[in-house]
Amino acid sequence: MLRKRIFLAGVLIASRLVAQDTAELLARMKAMEQRIQSLESEVQALKGRPEAAAPVTVSTEPQAQSAEPLVSSPVATAGSKVFNPDMAAIGTFVGAAGNGGPRAIPALEMSEAEVSLQAIVDPYARADFFLSFGEKGVNLEEGYLTLTSLPGGLQARVGKMRAGFGKVNTLHSHNVPWIDRPLMTQNLLGGEEGISDAGLSLSRILPAPRQVFLEATAQLFRGDSEGVFQSYRRRDVGMVGHLRGYRDLAESTNLDLGASYARGHSPAGPELVTQLYGLDATLRWKPLRRAIYRSFLARTEMVWGHSRLPGEVSQPFGYYVSGEYQLGRRWFAGGRFDRSERLLDSGLQDTGGSIVFTYRPSEFSQIRGQLRRTHYAERLTANEFLFQFQYSIGAHGAHPF
Amino acid sequence: MVLIRSEVLLTLGLAATLGAANRVSVATTTEDLAALAREVGGDRVEVDSMARGYQDPHYVEPKPSFLLKLQKTDLLVVVGRELEIGWLPPLITQSRNSKIQAGGSGHLDASVTCEVLDLPTGPVTRAMGDVHPTGNPHYWLDPANGRRIAKAIAERLGQIRPADAAFFVQRYNDFDRRLQEAEKRWDQQMAPYRGRKVVTYHRSWPNFAKRFGLEVVDYVEPKPGIPPTPSHTLDLIGRMKREGIKVILVEPYFDLRTPNSVAQQTGGEVAVLLPSVGGVKEVKDYFQLFDYDVRLLTAVLARVK
Repeated sequence: MLRKRIFLAGVLIASRLVAQDTAELLARMKAMEQRIQSLESEVQALKGRPEAAAPVTVSTEPQAQSAEPLVSSPVATAGSKVFNPDMAAIGTFVGAAGNGGPRAIPALEMSEAEVSLQAIVDPYARADFFLSFGEKGVNLEEGYLTLTSLPGGLQARVGKMRAGFGKVNTLHSHNVPWIDRPLMTQNLLGGEEGISDAGLSLSRILPAPRQVFLEATAQLFRGDSEGVFQSYRRRDVGMVGHLRGYRDLAESTNLDLGASYARGHSPAGPELVTQLYGLDATLRWKPLRRAIYRSFLARTEMVWGHSRLPGEVSQPFGYYVSGEYQLGRRWFAGGRFDRSERLLDSGLQDTGGSIVFTYRPSEFSQIRGQLRRTHYAERLTANEFLFQFQYSIGAHGAHPF
Repeated sequence: MVLIRSEVLLTLGLAATLGAANRVSVATTTEDLAALAREVGGDRVEVDSMARGYQDPHYVEPKPSFLLKLQKTDLLVVVGRELEIGWLPPLITQSRNSKIQAGGSGHLDASVTCEVLDLPTGPVTRAMGDVHPTGNPHYWLDPANGRRIAKAIAERLGQIRPADAAFFVQRYNDFDRRLQEAEKRWDQQMAPYRGRKVVTYHRSWPNFAKRFGLEVVDYVEPKPGIPPTPSHTLDLIGRMKREGIKVILVEPYFDLRTPNSVAQQTGGEVAVLLPSVGGVKEVKDYFQLFDYDVRLLTAVLARVK
C-alpha cells in the first residue's frame, strides 16, 4: 500500500515537473519567437533605409529618459579621444589683379593654412598652438601655455606669441577685417608677422572706477621680431607693455582704448635701440536684438617710432582709421585709410586707402574683395583688386574680444 | 539728532555692504539660468546673466565688462551643449578665477542632469549646418528640465555655502511646489492643441514641443544657422499648404520678413514666442516665461485652425 502511494506520489511529482518544464519551455520559446520577429523587422527596416541617409540621422529621443526629479545626461564622449585637443584648420586663398608696387601680392596664392590645437592641460593651465602652413614652409605662429589659476588676479603666458601691442598686431591673419594689414603694420610693426616672439607675458585686471575694465600687460621677449627687433646677444631682450581700458557706453555700444610700448634692439645694429609707442581706440555698436544682422566697428591705431641709426635718429609715425558696417546677416562693407612713414627712414611716407566687401555664407566661410590704392614714397601709385576665400574646418576656439 | 541719524545711516550702509558681501556671487550665461538661480538662491545670492533674454545666445560678444563679474564670481552656470562655444571659453580663460574653470567647484553645466533631445546618432558634419553634436541646447524650455536645473543649482549653492544649504533646499522645495501647480495649468491650457503641427524658425523648441504635444514638422532655416534660402522657402510654403500647417514660431532675434511672407502665402500666422526670460520687459521669471508663451500660443492656435 505504502509502495503504491509512493509510486503514485512519484508519478504525480514527475508529471507536475514535466508540466512545469513544458510551460516554462513554451514561455521561453514564445519570448524567443517574439525576439526573432522583432529582430527580423529591424533587419527589414535597416535594409529598406537608403544608404546615404543611414549615418546622418538625428534622434529625437532623449539622451536619458525623463525620471523625476533628476536624470543624468552626461555629455557624449568618445573613449580616449575625449582628451584630444580641439583641432581646426583655416585655409586662406588670396588673389590679386592690377599694378602691385613694392608690396605686391602674387596673382594667386594659398597664402596660409593655419592649424590650431587647443586644450586644457590640467586644472591650472591651458595650451594653444597655431601652426601656419604656407606654400613654402611651416611656421609656429603662436604656441603658448596660459596659467589660469595664479594668485593675486594674475594671468601668465609662456611661449611664442603675438605681442600685445595695439589691436591689429594681436590678431591672426584670418581674423583681420581686411585681406592685407595696414601700412602702419607693414612699415613699423614687422609686416604680416608683426611683433611676435618667444617670451613671457603677465597681465592683471587693475582696480578701476565702477564698470570700467582696466587691464595691464607686461611682456618680456627674446628680442627677435623680423623687421622690427633683433637680438644679437642674450641680454638683448625686448619688452612690451600694454594698458587697456574698456567701458560699455550702452547696452549696444562700447569703447575700447589702449596704450602700448615696445622696446628692443634695432636690426640696423647691435648697439642701436628701437622704441615704439602706440595708441588704439575702438568703438563698437551691435544692437542686441538684431545682433546677427547689424553691427558697426570703427577703429584707429597710431604708432610713433624712435629708432636709433648710425649717426641719426629716425622718428616715424603711422596710423590707420577703419570702419566696418554689417549690412545684413551675410554682408559686410568696410573702408580703411592708412598712412605711415618707414621705421628706418622716416623721410619715406606711404599712403593708402581701401574699400572692402565681405560675404559670409556661414560662420565657417567667407569671400572677400578689396579695392586698394596706395601711393608709395617712391612716387609709385598702385591700384589693385584683391580677393580672398577663407574657410574653417574643425573646432577653432573663439577669439578674445 | 544729526549724529544719531548719521549713525543709523552708517549702520544701515554697513549692514547692506556686509549683506552684499555675504551673498554667493552667481554668474549665468542666460537669463533663464539666472531666473532659476534666483528662485533657489533668494536673497542669499547675487545673480547676473551675461546674455540678455532678447539676444541670440549663440552670438554673444565676449565683452571685457563680463570679466569684472567673472573674476570674482563663486559660481558660473552655463547652458552647455556648445551653445556658448563661440564666446564663453575666452572669458573663462581670461577671468583669472580658478573656481569657474571647467571642472572647478564653481563651474556648473546645467545640461548634465537634464533631458537633452536631438542627439545625432551618426557622423556629424557642417554640411548639416551649425549642429550641436552633443544635443540640442534649448532644453530649458521644458519645465521638467527647469526643475532639474533649479535642483542642480540649489545643490551646488549648498556645497559652496554649507551653512545655507538647508535654506537653498527649502527654496527649491517651494519652487518645485509652485512649478507643479503651474505645470498643471499650462498642460491644461495646451491640452486642446496636442498633436498640432507647427513650423519653427530655428531648432529652439524640441523640448517645448515634446512637453506640450506639438509636432515641429519643418523649419524656416534650411539648416541650423543657415539663413532662409528662396528654394527652401518655396518648399516650405508648399509643404505647409499641403499639410495645412498654419503656425510659425519665431524667436524675437530673427528677422520676420521670411516668416511673415510664408504666413501670408499659406494663410497662417507668425507667433514670436520667447525662448528666454527677459525676451520682453514683463517676463521677469521662469513662470512668466511659460505663462507668456502658453498664452500667446494658445491664442494663435485657436485663431488659425
